[in-house]
Amino acid sequence: MNYLTEVVYLIASVLFILGLKGLSHPESARRGMHFAEIGMLLAIIGTLVSGHIVTWEWIITGVAIGSAIGAAMAIFMPMTAMPQRIALSHAFGALAAVLVGVNEYIEKGVYHQELTTGLMSAIGFEVLFGALTVTGSLMAFGKLSEIIKSAPITYKGQNFINVTLFFTAVGMFIYLIFFPYQTVVFYVMIGLALLIGVFIVMPIGGADMPVVISLMNSYAGLAAAATGFAINNKVLIIAGALDGASGFILSIIMSQAMNRSFTNVLFGAVGSSQVDANSLAEARPISRIGIEDAKFVLEQADRVVIVPGYGMAVAQAQHAVRELSDELEKRGIAVEFAIHPVAGRMPGHMNVLLAEANVSYDQLLEMETINPTMDTVDVCIIIGANDVVNPAARTDKSSPIYGMPIIDVDKAKTVIVMKRSMAAGFAGIENPLFYQPNTKMLFGDAKKVLQELVAEFKK
Amino acid sequence: MQIELIYILVLGGFVGFEIIRKVTPTLHTPLMSATNAISGISLVGSLVAAGSDHRTAQILGFIAVTAATINVVGGFMITERMLKMFKKKEKKSS
Repeated sequence: MNYLTEVVYLIASVLFILGLKGLSHPESARRGMHFAEIGMLLAIIGTLVSGHIVTWEWIITGVAIGSAIGAAMAIFMPMTAMPQRIALSHAFGALAAVLVGVNEYIEKGVYHQELTTGLMSAIGFEVLFGALTVTGSLMAFGKLSEIIKSAPITYKGQNFINVTLFFTAVGMFIYLIFFPYQTVVFYVMIGLALLIGVFIVMPIGGADMPVVISLMNSYAGLAAAATGFAINNKVLIIAGALDGASGFILSIIMSQAMNRSFTNVLFGAVGSSQVDANSLAEARPISRIGIEDAKFVLEQADRVVIVPGYGMAVAQAQHAVRELSDELEKRGIAVEFAIHPVAGRMPGHMNVLLAEANVSYDQLLEMETINPTMDTVDVCIIIGANDVVNPAARTDKSSPIYGMPIIDVDKAKTVIVMKRSMAAGFAGIENPLFYQPNTKMLFGDAKKVLQELVAEFKK
Repeated sequence: MQIELIYILVLGGFVGFEIIRKVTPTLHTPLMSATNAISGISLVGSLVAAGSDHRTAQILGFIAVTAATINVVGGFMITERMLKMFKKKEKKSS
């Protein structure tokens, strides 16, 4: 590696760090991304002129095809499909890491017999985590885009099989560190890691996807960092470390927001057993509200808080939500949006959808910010959210979600719940909020109901 | 293995941890696509493989280059597209 290339890599690393630093505020975010883009461009040019490149046709073809696919996806993919896209991109990133690892193994192992302990550890780690991330992310992609059933798929002895597979793969990895030229073991290990990725995501349901996506983000980063070790490339280590740290922090935030540990998310398979509480539901009365009455209630309010959930994304209701918020603001009513960290299918999902609909970002508030003031809220509108506003998480020790931090909507003076029907939420958990005296149920498709409400206001 | 690489990993991890903790939750989705684009830097490894004179390396490298480029180009473009949407409304005249 020549000197100039190393310097360019250092500059690129600094620009990446500055780029991510920009994301601390929406104002500085775009400038930050320009830094990161320049860094990437420099690193690529630095590599191309480093003198290691002897043939060009494969590079040019690969870059051309990759750019076309990447650009097409970026331009045409709707914002509602963002969770799938993110999952897919983790698979691509990990795939690149695995292939570079395999190539390094062939190059150093099969042709030159130069596999040191350190090099084999790096390659082994890289392909193990990389392969697991490829199939795990593809599974997540399949579930998010409903190509495969998003409900958890469980069977007897599942955890036992997964743990056995995992330890077998790790055992092979350790074996390879001592006997690196056992090529069969190497490829079988990759095969096992691919299987593990499938099996580990299979039992995870849609509502737990934010954690899975964040974990895959972290693994893809770790695989990239390991690639850096394998090919002795420092900018790769730094970029991988940044990506790994980011995914790790997001996984922690997401798990905490669900009051669950990583292991619980990965092996717990929520949603498979808790359907027993439903018998309670039928007996208790609920109070319904119509469009006109809802308008009347909202008109009387000074402060309205809207709590969106995955249901808003499914109904594509974000634009209708914004129109309603505009109508309210026209009448001098303060409108805020309360966003639970795990609302939706990936970190920040609701924020992106609402930003797409032109909601000002300073109206998007976090759970911790809004909760202390919840009792001064006149009307709280819940759109397609369920578990994240379930007061049982605070009060009912027997509830499966007990202890999970929630948005305290039940403390608002009036709660309007927009919901398709009385069917339980994703995890099948009964929600006492619906039976509270200050809760009004507004049944129907979120988008349609909101549009009708806006029309009512415009009359 | 050189110990300095481990230094870089550990320190890089710390820097990442400190910076990312400060990222506003509003921008968590752009953060994911941005880190994804950045970790597409594995493209530099793929380029070297695709540009070598071994046929296997060229083919593996070619697929890796394609996959990594999708992430780099697509990742940055979509991050920009998202960030463009995060606007603050000017104070309304009402």
